[in-house]
Amino acid sequence: MSQSYDRGLIEDFGRWREFTAGMWAWVFHKFTGWVLIGYLFTHIAVLSTSMQGAKTFNSTIQGLESLALVRLLEVGLLAVAVFHILNGIRLLFVDLGVGLESQDKSFYASLVLTGIIVVASVPTFVSGAF
Amino acid sequence: MSTQTPDTDSENEQPSSTSPQERRMAEKQARKEQREADEAAAANEIQGETVELKVFRYDPEIEGKEEPRFDSFTVPFEKGMTVLDALIYARDEYDSSLTFRHSCRQAVCGSDAFFVNGSQRLGCQTQIADLDGPVRVEPLPHQDVVKDLVVEMDHFYDQMESVDPFFDPDETPDDELEEQRQDRENREKVKLSTRCIWCGACMSSCNIAAGDNKYLGPAAINKAYRFYMDEREGENKRQERLEIIEAEHGVWRCQTQFSCTNVCPKDIPLTDHIQELKREAVKQNLKFW
Repeated sequence: MSQSYDRGLIEDFGRWREFTAGMWAWVFHKFTGWVLIGYLFTHIAVLSTSMQGAKTFNSTIQGLESLALVRLLEVGLLAVAVFHILNGIRLLFVDLGVGLESQDKSFYASLVLTGIIVVASVPTFVSGAF
Repeated sequence: MSTQTPDTDSENEQPSSTSPQERRMAEKQARKEQREADEAAAANEIQGETVELKVFRYDPEIEGKEEPRFDSFTVPFEKGMTVLDALIYARDEYDSSLTFRHSCRQAVCGSDAFFVNGSQRLGCQTQIADLDGPVRVEPLPHQDVVKDLVVEMDHFYDQMESVDPFFDPDETPDDELEEQRQDRENREKVKLSTRCIWCGACMSSCNIAAGDNKYLGPAAINKAYRFYMDEREGENKRQERLEIIEAEHGVWRCQTQFSCTNVCPKDIPLTDHIQELKREAVKQNLKFW
């Protein structure tokens, strides 16, 4: 909208402290969606460059997995994917018109569940990396 | 400084030219003035609890006021005081140029939607006691500011009118005076949607409406819902309404952020209504039989 003066970020992300649950759910869903798309392309790039044979494939994967940074990124990837799935289910219910009055609670629930799953996964992902 | 010198001269001359009575009268007058000034100062110092208002000020037509700024007002707090009461006090007692819309003061007219402490609320419905001070009052975001807290509402009204916000049945009764009765269940279904007071809080809170000027916005879609769900209108008008609802900038722009539902002063479940219309649109277009 054309502004007769510039109120700047004050109207949008400058107000992030005042965002409500639904708004945060939307922001996180967008963010995790873009991260997953970014991951998809790296995934394709890595796999397609290691397809010359079993040896190259194994050495590429082992080389990547030996990096502590990659292990940490995998934890992050799991967090992003789990949140996106859980919030996606929440949005499915929102689209079906089920339980809209507790949409904020279901957002918090998906956040908590994501946290639990991610924390539980840390030993598996990080073992042997450090 | 130059004006004071002749004054002292005349004072020195005065006793010689005035009678003792005149001198006493002058002293009495001076004491009276002093007392009145003291009383006025005491009145200005507010007794009891006060509330600090930070009000957005902007006036493009007055030189020196074109730059948006915040003015602070200290207003005496009373039990049950609303943000609108505080603004009225500030305008009446401190600055008569402070501009804002208000009319009924009881959340019916929808004139006084402001951005209070980071949320769209009705000034007359928001208790000062419920807010953390200082209370920051701004005009509704995502709308052009005309002056101070007054925003341009034309775009909002255009969107409201674009959904035909009036009862328009296909057939009218033969007898002019015959009522078109709505059954109880149907009335219950549209009941909450009829509460809308056109204050524009929802439209202002909507992130999508801010970026897409053609988006109908929550209030207009709610209005469309109210008449689309009304069973008395008939199939033709229903189809016409559905075309407006499911158009490119209709219900499908909604991304269920729930901002509108959170700010609506009349507690209309706006997102519920938008989602229900989305399902209606799908049902009308997905027919396998």
